[in-house]
Amino acid sequence: MKAFSAIGARVIQTLFVLWAVVTILFFLFRLMPGSPLAAYIDPNFTPEQQDALMARFGLDKPLWQQYFIYLGNLLQGDLGESFFYRTSVADRIFALLPNTLILTFSSLILAYGIGVLAGAYLAWKRGGAVEQIAIPLVLTTRAMPEFWLGMILLAVFSFSLGWFPAGGTRPPGADYPTLWSLYTSADFWRHMTLPVLTLAIYAQGLPLLLMRSNMLDVMKEDFVTMARIKGLSSYSVVIRHAARNALLPVMTSFAIAVGYQIQGNVVVETVFSWPGLGRELVRAVSASDYPLAQGAFLMIAVVVIAMNLVADLLYAVLDPRVTRE
Amino acid sequence: MNSRRPLRLRLPTHDPLALVGLGIYAVFIVVAVLAPVIAPYDPTEILFTPNYDLAADRRPGEDGFLMGTTTMGRDLFSQLVWGSRSALLIGLTAAFMVALIGSIVGVVAGYFGGWVDTILMRLADVAFGIPFLPFVIVLAAFLEPSIWNVVFAMALVLWRDTGRVIRSQTLTLRTRVYVEAARVSGSSDLKIILRHVVPNILPLSFLYGSIAIGWAILTEASISFLGFGDPKSISWGFMLQDAFASQALSKGAYYWFLPPGVLIILIVSAGFFITRGYEQILFPKLDR
Repeated sequence: MKAFSAIGARVIQTLFVLWAVVTILFFLFRLMPGSPLAAYIDPNFTPEQQDALMARFGLDKPLWQQYFIYLGNLLQGDLGESFFYRTSVADRIFALLPNTLILTFSSLILAYGIGVLAGAYLAWKRGGAVEQIAIPLVLTTRAMPEFWLGMILLAVFSFSLGWFPAGGTRPPGADYPTLWSLYTSADFWRHMTLPVLTLAIYAQGLPLLLMRSNMLDVMKEDFVTMARIKGLSSYSVVIRHAARNALLPVMTSFAIAVGYQIQGNVVVETVFSWPGLGRELVRAVSASDYPLAQGAFLMIAVVVIAMNLVADLLYAVLDPRVTRE
Repeated sequence: MNSRRPLRLRLPTHDPLALVGLGIYAVFIVVAVLAPVIAPYDPTEILFTPNYDLAADRRPGEDGFLMGTTTMGRDLFSQLVWGSRSALLIGLTAAFMVALIGSIVGVVAGYFGGWVDTILMRLADVAFGIPFLPFVIVLAAFLEPSIWNVVFAMALVLWRDTGRVIRSQTLTLRTRVYVEAARVSGSSDLKIILRHVVPNILPLSFLYGSIAIGWAILTEASISFLGFGDPKSISWGFMLQDAFASQALSKGAYYWFLPPGVLIILIVSAGFFITRGYEQILFPKLDR
């Protein structure tokens, strides 16, 4: 019963954070240069369009009323009209979300695969020459600007060697009727290779270091010592006993990593002209397309907040000793 | 009554990597301070050869330019040297702000508890829900693009990690015998905090501050690369943006976009190495 109330409290807390971020966003976008109307109305809209938007977002009303209209519109999924595309922001955002998610998840799955295996291996070979080289190397990958790594991969594998395309999701002119047919095409995977590699090289450090330090902790525990005393082989002790138990906390960090990665995507998507949420945010901010920028920001924030919740819940489910505070 | 003072800022001689990190920092600081002396040109100056040709896209060594020039005819070596100044400036100010705000929030929340704690920790929850890079982008774009606004935006979000850790440390300190004794003997809260709490959390503030140096430098590089940086200052991120926008990638001008990234890696990983070294001094139990 206690577990349920802990989960309930955590969900309420998440809703609170969501509300707070939405509120911050509302005031942030009214703080920008120019008239307060600029958040929703492009001066190039026709007077009729301007009037319609004024009414829709209550822009002629006092700020507090605008705030409640904004909240109400948000609840109905209304994020306004993009200045540039002249279409609904929500449509645009949901069209781009899959591109960002597929990039994020592919790179993280790759990163966790490599990171977990390498971390377990490093814990097993603790104190050896491999460790002396590997640990500084891993720390170095964490110190790299992700966009710079992307630039290097682009210069080497795309411009110099010509193995991979330089950006986008498909060759110019290629048309795929559905998202599914695009995602299952060989072209798409060729376009995705370099951005995924960039993100994965950066992201593998977290699971690797976590796995290694968890393994080192687990290997000190009684049941591992017991397994050794029973005369099990070193491999069997490490893989069957230590690695399995060390894996759980690493898996919960996956959710946190999704949240971090989706923020970092902003730069990598820009380098590879990847039509995702991050690049859209950058372009919208540069072009003063405020409704679109606000929508993209909100969507990214929602993913971050949701993933923080998932991580906490997973942690509570996997390790029953944990109860909130 | 004298509280323990675990703040020992000695050289981490046991850890060669940390020493390497300190060495890298020392070199960077010297270069940053002496930038006007070391750099042969103004980093934004458009240069010409003696016969009045624009000195554009010179390769390293060509026409006497040590590391080549940009498409606009600016000296890359001078830009790299001046870039170390912005990196250090941003890294240190952001780290200071993050450590300061995080420590104050953590100590106040942990020491006073109750509703103060509740409010501050809910604020930290909110800060954890804000996507960091997008937030800095939006703030840097809406306020005037300047180094200080980037630092300000970072400080607004990044105090959250430091704040939480310092809070939990303060919670354990509050129940220590010497704090109880000070309270019973009538010391004011301020006095107890300054004499008994702060000295004990300073090492943690220092540690989290030094982690923030690397974060700040990487963030500034990303912001400048995306074009939201301070147009008046030459940073390594700005150099990379310039290279990217000037087709340096397709021209294979590695001499242009390789060095700024390598310097960023050097200074950020130096920070990591130092942090790890001091972590072992400050928290010997973590030694692994």
